[in-house]
Amino acid sequence: MEEEHLSVKNLTMYYRTMKGEVKAVDDVSFSLLKGETMALIGESGCGKSSLAKAIIRLMPRNVSVYKGTVLLNGVNLMDLDEEEFRRKIRWSKIAYVPQAALNSLNPIVKVGEQMIEPLILVYRMSKREALEKAAGALRKVSISESFIDHYPFELSGGMKQRITIATALLVNPELIILDEPTSSLDVLTQANIMNILKSIKWERDLSMIFITHDISLSSELADKIAVMYAGQIVEFNVAEKFYSDPKHPYSQRLMESVPTLRTDKKLGFIPGSPPSLLNPPKGCRFAERCPFAFNKCSEDPPIIYLDEDFYVKCWLYAKE
Amino acid sequence: MGAPLLLVENLKKYFEVRRGFLGKKVYLKAVDGVSLTLVRGEAIAIVGESGCGKTTLGKTILRLYEPTGGRIIFDGRDITRLRWKDLKWYRCETGLVQQDPFGALPPFMTVKRILEEPLIINGVKSKREREERIYRALERVKLTPVEDFINKYPHMLSGGQQQRLVIARATILEPKIVVADEPVSMLDASVRIEILKLLQELQQKYNQSIIYITHDLSTTKYFSERIYIMYAAQIIESASTSELLWNPMHPYTKALLNVIPDPDPGNRLIIKDVPAGEPPNLMSPPSSCRFHPRCPNFMKGVCDAREPPTIEVTKEHYVKCWLYD
Repeated sequence: MEEEHLSVKNLTMYYRTMKGEVKAVDDVSFSLLKGETMALIGESGCGKSSLAKAIIRLMPRNVSVYKGTVLLNGVNLMDLDEEEFRRKIRWSKIAYVPQAALNSLNPIVKVGEQMIEPLILVYRMSKREALEKAAGALRKVSISESFIDHYPFELSGGMKQRITIATALLVNPELIILDEPTSSLDVLTQANIMNILKSIKWERDLSMIFITHDISLSSELADKIAVMYAGQIVEFNVAEKFYSDPKHPYSQRLMESVPTLRTDKKLGFIPGSPPSLLNPPKGCRFAERCPFAFNKCSEDPPIIYLDEDFYVKCWLYAKE
Repeated sequence: MGAPLLLVENLKKYFEVRRGFLGKKVYLKAVDGVSLTLVRGEAIAIVGESGCGKTTLGKTILRLYEPTGGRIIFDGRDITRLRWKDLKWYRCETGLVQQDPFGALPPFMTVKRILEEPLIINGVKSKREREERIYRALERVKLTPVEDFINKYPHMLSGGQQQRLVIARATILEPKIVVADEPVSMLDASVRIEILKLLQELQQKYNQSIIYITHDLSTTKYFSERIYIMYAAQIIESASTSELLWNPMHPYTKALLNVIPDPDPGNRLIIKDVPAGEPPNLMSPPSSCRFHPRCPNFMKGVCDAREPPTIEVTKEHYVKCWLYD
């Protein structure tokens, strides 16, 4: 049996707001083997980024509920206090590239200086050594090392995004969470970044969580897929099965709405809109838009394992 | 097939940018010699990466920008040089659907007021007629029951509903041409198809012509009849949708088609060929063929020597590339 690298169980995170509690991440479980990539897909506002933040514990102050287990190499990260988590886990073990990270580069500080900050602060490396490492990291993402002395405003969007990825990899993390790494970039630039991520993944045995709303793009990296809807993972499946035969009615509908270039198909869409996370329906959260809904769906559906690790959260698969 | 509704010939739009101490004028050539035709009731797509000039092309066709050169002929009438006040009738014949629906809608106006504005400006005096037309427009875009929406403000609508309102506004005067500029790129996957199908329905039911501007080739397959590929301010290839997708000729088009993924687990096992570099700056584009610094089929002494002509390789399939000379 292969080593389970990351295992998330019943992770829950709610926000407190003026209008009430927002159930952004609600009882989410999944696991990842070493070197595997999981794509987390879903529509905007379904809680994808919140889940990432809950894992790396970068949460806003209005979090009201935060519970569950996050096991990394068998160690429960939820048992660590903030100081320990910061020193031992964040960035050194788990790196996170937030959405639109390319815009977070400081325009008036040279690229190299920004990249080596964690190496100097955390690893107490000498500046020369750190800059050498940064140059190597840039070459990995196909950027000439001379760019160390450039300012971010001199670079294109694609280059900036590659630099944020290179920076996250400098500290040699075991797991990297990429939140929509290419969503504002052009098609060719996007393809280029996917190529780079693939080669990094193969080279280093790095585990990844790749957050995206683009299902076609998710297939560029994903070994496993988690489909999120209204704060919950409704399907967790392997790539070989998911893209050809998604199980949850939401995944099926979502897949119908993906236009394909190489095959002909009839496109569909999902009428209505996702429920508010302030007050989600008691039963299945997709029931209102689901073509297969029946009376059972007014109760919360259980997680049903289709195979040892792959599940769907839907009453249709319950055995009587 | 009758005479084209819209004929664009060698259209140019340069923006003046001042640079340097001497104040020497530099031009950003956003649209540089574009020709296209649009038949009544047809949907065409203009596909290109960001910064290639596709939005400027759309806005220049609508005469929201003053063209620098070339001709625009609408319904047999040359409108290239018409003055602002003589253009009012053309505004009624054309509509624009913007990319960001929320940004395109005034936040302090109700749905009713938003749709009433174009009617008032264009002299629909009777209040009853205005109301009837607002109802019809909302029904067309399926914001029904109309009573539920008519008094709402834009922020009370979901992204998809906002975009439908934008479409209702663009089509309330029943224009012959609608320019849809990335109409779905800000929306979620599940709503995108809904909006595109709505545009298609308007096209088919009401015989509206659509210019669909997008960076996403995979949707053009389903929602347009002819595709124009734009690179660095020029059209480099055009053909009917099926011809272009099955038989791409220009190296740039080939590269684009090659990297667009379909949902297929096999994708993760292969590295794709991507042309190196990035699209050029439109203030100083490469001489001759603008794609030559990135082209995998670059021919020294040819591609960097003269600008390639636009060649009709097979019937109605045009390519601007020396490979087909």
